[in-house]
Order: sequence, then structure tokens, then C-alpha cells
Amino acid sequence: MAEFTLPANSKIREGKTWPAPEGAKNTKTFRIYRWNGDDGKTPQVDTYEVDMDDCGPMVLDAVIKIKNEVDSTLTFRRSCREGVCGSCAMNIDGTNTLACTKYIDDVKDDVKVYPLPHMPVVKDLVPDLTQVYAQYRSIEPWLKSDTQPTPGKERLQSPEERKKLDGMWECILCFCCSTSCPSYWWNGDRYLGPAILLQANRWIQDSRDEATGERLDELEDPFRLYRCHTIMNCTKTCPKDLNPAKAIGEIKQAMVARR
Amino acid sequence: MASQNRPLSPHLQVYKPQLTSVMSIMHRATGIALAVGTLLLVFWLIAAATGERTFGDIQAFNASLIGKLLLFGWSFALFYHLCNGIRHLFWDAGKGFGLEAAYRNGRLVVVASIALTVLSWVWGYASMGAL
Repeated sequence: MAEFTLPANSKIREGKTWPAPEGAKNTKTFRIYRWNGDDGKTPQVDTYEVDMDDCGPMVLDAVIKIKNEVDSTLTFRRSCREGVCGSCAMNIDGTNTLACTKYIDDVKDDVKVYPLPHMPVVKDLVPDLTQVYAQYRSIEPWLKSDTQPTPGKERLQSPEERKKLDGMWECILCFCCSTSCPSYWWNGDRYLGPAILLQANRWIQDSRDEATGERLDELEDPFRLYRCHTIMNCTKTCPKDLNPAKAIGEIKQAMVARR
Repeated sequence: MASQNRPLSPHLQVYKPQLTSVMSIMHRATGIALAVGTLLLVFWLIAAATGERTFGDIQAFNASLIGKLLLFGWSFALFYHLCNGIRHLFWDAGKGFGLEAAYRNGRLVVVASIALTVLSWVWGYASMGAL
């Protein structure tokens, strides 16, 4: 059931302020969500003034700089710093994106940084992804086939068949889309959400996969698939410019087509 | 660290409203408004069947400023829900999923529903000879 307000243990307080180093002329203010499981306090937003003359251009550069030089307890996930690993997905300036590909200059006011929305927080900007990974497992994201390929040969696809997978194989599972979806916020326990449904469609559309019918059976459910109301926040927020809403539309069409 | 003590990260509190989500919640809100409005429409018809005095009372309320504002709101709700419903039908047919297309047809729905509302009121008053 939809709960529009935050539970008492999740209400956000004003936190500490870390001023810019002396002599800094070009500063930008970062307001970052902080929570740890150790001090028993509710979450807070800390303010960091960062010297932009001594900082890289991306939000991730600033967050790493803060951790290195100001407050080493700031916790976040990051790895590739070039938009292919999906680790640094967070809510920046009100929308979900990858901190490593988000330019600081694109944020007009203070840079507000929160964890991916409506998720249990492990620490600071690190959300607990157990549920989404379990949902990913549930769609059995691997090639399923009863027939054996010709020995020594690949399972061939025509260029047209292969083209159907474009816009889906590029997904890096950062979950920006799922955590931008109000439907997923209210029903994430049963609705699979855009990221997982895009992955499901990636296998449904694959000409080499022979389990299309079973896959559709698994999704034919008021919650798993049909909680998508085409809000399109997913497509709006995808940092890889993919279109989960369209992928879900394709699944719905496949449901109708097989009747 | 007990996992059940984990806070929930903020959602509505921090997520920027945008055309996509605002139009979606508007579709639901106008749908609810129309359901309530339909009850009152039935009430109006029952009043007409009941007698002149009851009908006259309802008519007087409809003609009041509050009544007119409610009717104006419902007519907008009707046109918005209709236009956005057509937009949903296109999506169901697999069309208009591109982000640019969704923004274009979204803006079109807003403009069309405002225009249809205004036009129907102008037409209504004109046909009464009040313009």
C-alpha cells in the first residue's frame, strides 16, 4: 500500500556544515544524505562547500574529493567512473542518474545528493539492492533452449533478429529507472519494476531463446507486469538513454499477440 | 546493524516533479473526480425526476459561483482524462514511447484539454445567448 510520507526512523534532519577551505574563490555547495547504523540517529543532510577550482567536473569527482579530503566516513558505491558499471547511481538534483556522468555545472543551485529513492539504506548513499537482485534472479536472465545447436556452430541470428536486442543489452542494471518509478515505490514488493522488465523483454525478444511462452506466463500477473501505468519516469531518468517504458509496452503487446 | 532499522530513502520528498509523473497523477486524479462527478450527475437526474422544487434547488446551486467552478473543473477533468486516455491507447498500440514524442504528445494533451474546456464553455454560453 502506498505510503507517501517517510517513517519516523527515516525523517531527515539538518546535519553538519563543512566550510570551503580558506582562499577558495569558486565554491559549490553539496548537500548530501548521511545515515549510519552506529550512532542511533535518524538520517541527516550534511553541507559541504567544495572548491571547484580544485575539483573534477563530475558529481562523482566532488563526492570522492569530499571523502578523500574532508570527511572519510562518507560512504558510496563507485567503480568505473565512466558510466558502464552502474555502481554510482544516486538521486542528484531531484532525478536519478550516475554520479560519474553527471556534470556539476548542469546543477544550477546547490547539488543535492540522496541515495536511490524508496530503498532501505545500508549507509549514506548505499541502498540495499537485495530485493531488486532477487527480482532479477526471478526472471531467469539467461538463454533457455531445449534444442542443441549444431556442434561447433553458434546459434545464429539474422541482423534483424539481433537488432531487436538493441536498446536492451546496453542496460547496466544501475536501477535508476526502477527507483524513479512511483509504481515501484508503492508496490516494489510485487511489481518487478522497469529495470527488471526491460531485462525480461531482452530474453523475450531474443530469437535464440525458446522459453518465450513460459517467460510471458511468469509475467502475466496484475502486479509483476501490469503495475506499469506508463508514467515514463523510467525512460526520463535512464542515464544510458534506454527506454524501459517501451520495453514494457513490447511485453504487454506480446501478451495480447499470443492470445 | 539490524537491517530492519534501516531507514527508507526519501522518494516523493526529493524527486523532481516532471511532465511524465505529473501527467500520470493528473490522469488518476481526474479519473477520481469524474467518478464523483458522475454520482452528482445521477443526483441531478434524480432531482429532475423528483419534482420542480428539488430540481430548482440543484439548478440554483449549479448556477452559483461554487457550482460553476465545480462544473468547470469537471469539464476539464473530462477532457483531460479523454485526451490523455487517447494518449494511453497510442502507447498500448506501441506508439509514442520515445522521450521526445512522450513530451510532445503530453504537451498536446494539456493544450487540447484546456482548449476543449474553454471552447465547450464558450459554446455553452453562446448557445444560451449569454455571450
